[in-house]
Amino acid sequence: MNRSARLITPHLINPHQSTQTPTIQNGEAHMTDSLRDTATPTAQSAAVDLNAPVDLPNRIDVTDLNIFYGDFQAVEGVSMTINPRSITALIGPSGCGKSTFLRSLNRMHEVIHGAYVQGSVVINGHDLYGPGVDPVAVRRKIGMVFQRPNPFPTMSIADNVLAGKRLNSRRMSKPDAAELVEKSLRGANLWNEVKDRLDKPGSSLSGGQQQRLCIARAIAVSPDVLLMDEPCSALDPISTLAIEELMLDLKRSYNIVIVTHNMQQAARVSDRTGFFNIKGTGKPGKLIEMDATEKIFSNPGEQETQDYITGRFG
Amino acid sequence: MTLAAEHQPESDTESPTNDNDRITSGSLAGRGMFAIVGASFVIGALSWLPSGSINWARWVIVTLLVYVAGTYAVARIVESPRQATDRLATAIVTSAFALVLLPLISVVWTVVDKGSNRFDWQFYSETMRGVVGEGGGAYHGIVGTLIITGLTTLFAVPFGLFTAIYLVEYGGNGRFARAVTGLVDVMTGIPSIVAGLFAYALFVLIDGPGHRSGLAGAIALTLLMTPVVVRASEEMLRLVPNELREASYALGVPKWKTIAKIVLPTAIAGILTGVVLAIARVIGETAPLLVTAGLAQGTNWNPLDGRMTTLPVYTYQAYKFPTLPPSASIDRAWAAALTLVIIVAVLFTTARILSSILKPQGLK
Repeated sequence: MNRSARLITPHLINPHQSTQTPTIQNGEAHMTDSLRDTATPTAQSAAVDLNAPVDLPNRIDVTDLNIFYGDFQAVEGVSMTINPRSITALIGPSGCGKSTFLRSLNRMHEVIHGAYVQGSVVINGHDLYGPGVDPVAVRRKIGMVFQRPNPFPTMSIADNVLAGKRLNSRRMSKPDAAELVEKSLRGANLWNEVKDRLDKPGSSLSGGQQQRLCIARAIAVSPDVLLMDEPCSALDPISTLAIEELMLDLKRSYNIVIVTHNMQQAARVSDRTGFFNIKGTGKPGKLIEMDATEKIFSNPGEQETQDYITGRFG
Repeated sequence: MTLAAEHQPESDTESPTNDNDRITSGSLAGRGMFAIVGASFVIGALSWLPSGSINWARWVIVTLLVYVAGTYAVARIVESPRQATDRLATAIVTSAFALVLLPLISVVWTVVDKGSNRFDWQFYSETMRGVVGEGGGAYHGIVGTLIITGLTTLFAVPFGLFTAIYLVEYGGNGRFARAVTGLVDVMTGIPSIVAGLFAYALFVLIDGPGHRSGLAGAIALTLLMTPVVVRASEEMLRLVPNELREASYALGVPKWKTIAKIVLPTAIAGILTGVVLAIARVIGETAPLLVTAGLAQGTNWNPLDGRMTTLPVYTYQAYKFPTLPPSASIDRAWAAALTLVIIVAVLFTTARILSSILKPQGLK
């Protein structure tokens, strides 16, 4: 892992031409979220090191993580720091273990029979894989959005948003519920589109709206971290843009980790990028390098990364 | 056509007027097919003329054969060989469907026709107590059928559903789950009389020889119904997309709650249909009930004690051992059969309506 403290002058590979996204500054100089959002990126970048661990809550420290499915090792020796209030993108070829790694961050991979993990994932001083940790409690803190929009087909739009709270047997008064629905749907940038049909089934929405509904559902339980597993791969470019803008919005309050096959997307939205690769079928995936997105896409430290991002892979 | 030649170079070795080169052909759609079906009917009708009397079986068989063969031959001439094959397959499938439909229509028609002789208020309000000749009814049989089938459903649905939930959600591909699946398969194949004898033997152990009760009958039927419920529910639970379970887990919802609030509601419509199919499977059972519940002439509301008549047993008794005049008994038998068909039809309709209400909105 390249932890170089020096940042080269960034080239804006694919600057986000967004006027909607406000400049995202959270008041802490060392935490300027993204070079892209600042008026003079060159001037700022020299002072900011995106790779330095940020001392804020909800930072995730992964140390020497090995992930297995039964006898098969899917991921080997991953160590990384995921800074809060930023977007971390994980890229790499299919089957390289990036989704598996993402799912191990909220213990979702255990849903598959025979899956287990060695190593540690520490957030706010707790090792997710320490003794006595309840995976259900972990998932309440670390939410997830999946590749294919999956609203609950038996529930209305409003019930979908409330599903997390309701199913966790928290009784809510009607006004509270309505307030949470509005807040979450506004948060997911969907409120204006669905406010008149909250009692309609969630599956009546378009694919992009369904995905934003799923994001609203995920943020309604107020997690600390939001994991996104290729959230835009089933969506058209306009819906993708909507979700990307939403992510830039959400990173003000959440720690977002996104797996994507779309390198432009990684370049557009993420602050840091990790590149996963695999030596061959049956071999475990490894984190090749992780660095500021600007650097990964302009001057990566490893030849493998260079080959992948320029399309000369394999 | 050069394109065709490029794509299929081997076509040059065949005749120059290769079908691959033709993009137009005649069509049998609509009127043509109507003519063929009509001609088949007429030829089928002609086939019984020599014998002088209407022979329905011959008419149907000849019609279907002429229809299948004729469609293929005509389509081959008028259309293309590929379309002829398509029409042949369609004709075979349609004929098979028609053949299967015939006995169904015949059964329903016969039951309605013969059962309507005693389709009267007396039949549904009186029992057979003290009746030797004409008159009498099946009130006690209806009560018995509803009580025994109701109890069976009460036992079999929880057992079956929980087994299915175990198999799909917890068992995985483990040894125990596979053993359970195998045992359920074996259970599906238990002859119903064996189930009846088992239940009888069980109650003899508890109550002594000669035990007869509705409960014993319900236990026997439960053995038959449970595996059907397991199978149907298992299929339906497996149809629930894994993504929904994952979405629920990712919200920090515990597994049992995910099953209760997400998986079951999504699958409930199909499970309901499966349960009604399973009820239909056991409501017509006769042999195990003869052994366990026996036969009574009057109404018995207590499933724990005493003989209890169900409609199939009533039908069997009335048909096999008619009183004088026999026609009265036989009419009662048919009326009981008709009643049974009506009960099943009502159950199915109710299940259909309930399913469409409960079905996930997006999957309608």
